[in-house]
Amino acid sequence: MKMTGAEILWECVSREGVTHVFGYPGGAILPAYDALGKFPAIHHTLVRHEQGATHMADGYARASGRVGVAVATSGPGATNMVTGIATAMMDSSPIVCITGQVGSRLIGSDAFQEIDITGITLPITKHNYLVTRADEVAGVVREAFMIARSGRPGPVLIDITKDAQQSSCEFTWETTETPSHPARPDRRAAPAEYLRALELINSAQRPLILAGHGILLSGSLAQVRELAEKANIPVAMTLLGIGAFPASHPLNLGMMGMHGEAWVNTAIQEADLLIALGMRFDDRVTGNLKTYAPNAKKIHVEIDPAEVNKNVPVDVSLIGDLRAVLQDLLPGVAAGEPREWLAHIAALKGEVAVRDIQNLPDNGHLYAAHVISDLWRETGGKSVVVSDVGQHQMWEAQYYKHEEPHTLITSGGLGTMGFALPAAIGAKFARPDEEVWVVVGDGGFQMTMCELATVAQEGLDLKVAIINNGYLGMVRQWQEFFYDRRYHATPLVNPDFEKLAQAFGLHAVTVRSRSEVIPAVQAARAHRGTAVINFCVEQEDSVFPMVPAGAALDQMIRRPNPLVEASTEP
Amino acid sequence: MLNTFVVYVENKPGVLNRVASLFRRRNFNIESLTVGHTENTGISRMTIVTDTDDAGAFRVEANLYKLLNVISVENITAAPSVCRELAMIKVAATAESRTQLMQLAGVFRARVVDVAPTAIVIEITGTEDKIDGLLDVLRHYGILEMVRTGRVAMSRGANGNGATLAAAAAAGAAADSGAPLLDTDDGMIAFSV
Repeated sequence: MKMTGAEILWECVSREGVTHVFGYPGGAILPAYDALGKFPAIHHTLVRHEQGATHMADGYARASGRVGVAVATSGPGATNMVTGIATAMMDSSPIVCITGQVGSRLIGSDAFQEIDITGITLPITKHNYLVTRADEVAGVVREAFMIARSGRPGPVLIDITKDAQQSSCEFTWETTETPSHPARPDRRAAPAEYLRALELINSAQRPLILAGHGILLSGSLAQVRELAEKANIPVAMTLLGIGAFPASHPLNLGMMGMHGEAWVNTAIQEADLLIALGMRFDDRVTGNLKTYAPNAKKIHVEIDPAEVNKNVPVDVSLIGDLRAVLQDLLPGVAAGEPREWLAHIAALKGEVAVRDIQNLPDNGHLYAAHVISDLWRETGGKSVVVSDVGQHQMWEAQYYKHEEPHTLITSGGLGTMGFALPAAIGAKFARPDEEVWVVVGDGGFQMTMCELATVAQEGLDLKVAIINNGYLGMVRQWQEFFYDRRYHATPLVNPDFEKLAQAFGLHAVTVRSRSEVIPAVQAARAHRGTAVINFCVEQEDSVFPMVPAGAALDQMIRRPNPLVEASTEP
Repeated sequence: MLNTFVVYVENKPGVLNRVASLFRRRNFNIESLTVGHTENTGISRMTIVTDTDDAGAFRVEANLYKLLNVISVENITAAPSVCRELAMIKVAATAESRTQLMQLAGVFRARVVDVAPTAIVIEITGTEDKIDGLLDVLRHYGILEMVRTGRVAMSRGANGNGATLAAAAAAGAAADSGAPLLDTDDGMIAFSV
């Protein structure tokens, strides 16, 4: 059947199972938009900025496990996508970005809205394509989706010239072949490596599992849990690993790294075996590499061979799909009971824990940690929470206890402020029946708050908690600790977020005291439609504990605030 | 330590850029890079020399394999191999010095490929050391211009990915060993090594 490139594009996209795309039209992508009308099964969400489209695709992908799709025009439309693509790349999120390009004869002439987007996105995509002919479209789309979701997932960009969209060619899906690419060398570990790993696991006295994002991506939650329970190994999580192991599980320690709890980081430093599962020893997780886990043997299970021995030299590397590797490993794991080790960690925990933040006095202040904790309690820890980047993100990670997988969506690797609101829109489309909360700072919110218009236009039901401290809080905290409290360029003069949200036709309320928190959360949950809560919290509060950048993992700045002191009193 | 990689890539627009960009992005400095056709149309061969340690070399290889257009990567640093470079050197020459220069070229098994009234062009093929040696003795005469190709390399014996590729090309397909690059499962995120 003869079809235009634009029609082939949507036919192939819909054959890939895509039901939602997020985009913004423009000259060079207009033929594709015109053809989209013939595909009613694909719901298009008109965003307010192309960065939002990429974050929505990303949030959709993380919430659903399917590939997210974002669409933009050439030139500025395409360049606006760069931050979102890089965010997806750093967090291994499968998205396909489709951009229009000027006509193929104009390429290289600095035509209106022409930009070399394949050149620009080369280092931040798994792969990208410039399509100049209609007959290339089908093969490229099929391959792009495969690449995005296979192996270590990531973003793929398809740049399609206007003439490739407009011209026609013969097309049948059944006969479309993806271009074949050469096989990769088989790097799966030899049986001897498995035996070495088992020897280390079965002989360890102080073992620790480091649970990363790869567990969620590979769907190996059951295997990880079996490993932990069989050998009684405590589990520490990376930021993106949160949800990979139930928060309430007795073996769960919580988050590791720069703002991880002290007992977690101390346990890592004292462990004699680290079993790293689908994580990449990011600098925010390791602190100073020279002093990192000095007594520990390290086993690294990782799908991407390029991550092995990148930051931390390991003793055994098991390259491959985490689930497959664990399935092979589990039968050899001996039942273990490192009683002393577990008791030791429990004692560490007892020393420094903010045992139950709910019960700590607030002395009339509204602390962000209390807001998050109340939100967790009210929602039963079952909501999908999409957090932005900064202090509130760390408080969320510390005080919102995620029981279920894929319930925390956040920008970890790139740390993209402005991620939360658009990503939550994508997440809501992916899981319409679940409650989706946005936890966002006043700084990050203002980076992409234009997407409130998208929320309103789509009639979505999101709950937005703005943690408003009138500062770029995390930067302010660094200025406080490391720059002698010189608060340059961090105080924010904010709009009235309540009125702002109301201007978009959304339910909104401002909360200034602890007693108003739970009623506001309850009202927001009861409201059918999007509700925005502006939590005006303590302005100069800091996230503790904190490992200063470049310091050893156990050199933490502890909580000095009266919260902890009060908690340790009898 | 200098590591030499032989990299086969699909001969498509932008592939050189992808490879070069990878080295830049991962903070590996390229000492030399040569590209040329192979006996198989559609496949180009690169010889890339970079200064890194063993762990770095492994990461270079692993990262190269993440590029879709890369067909195979061989680190031939430790393997028995033949490495060569070609240089053309334009040297100032007078009637008196010309004979001396031609003699020197002869000693280095180099060839004089152009003679002009005030200059000659010498072509030499060999290892970097040998070329450096010739340059040392020529410098005194005044080097007017020079071009070096950078290292090309090939492993000794019948082994090597080139042989595999040639066989595969004859069979009408690219090399087909090892794990699949792509997993074609639909729906949820699929995995392969």
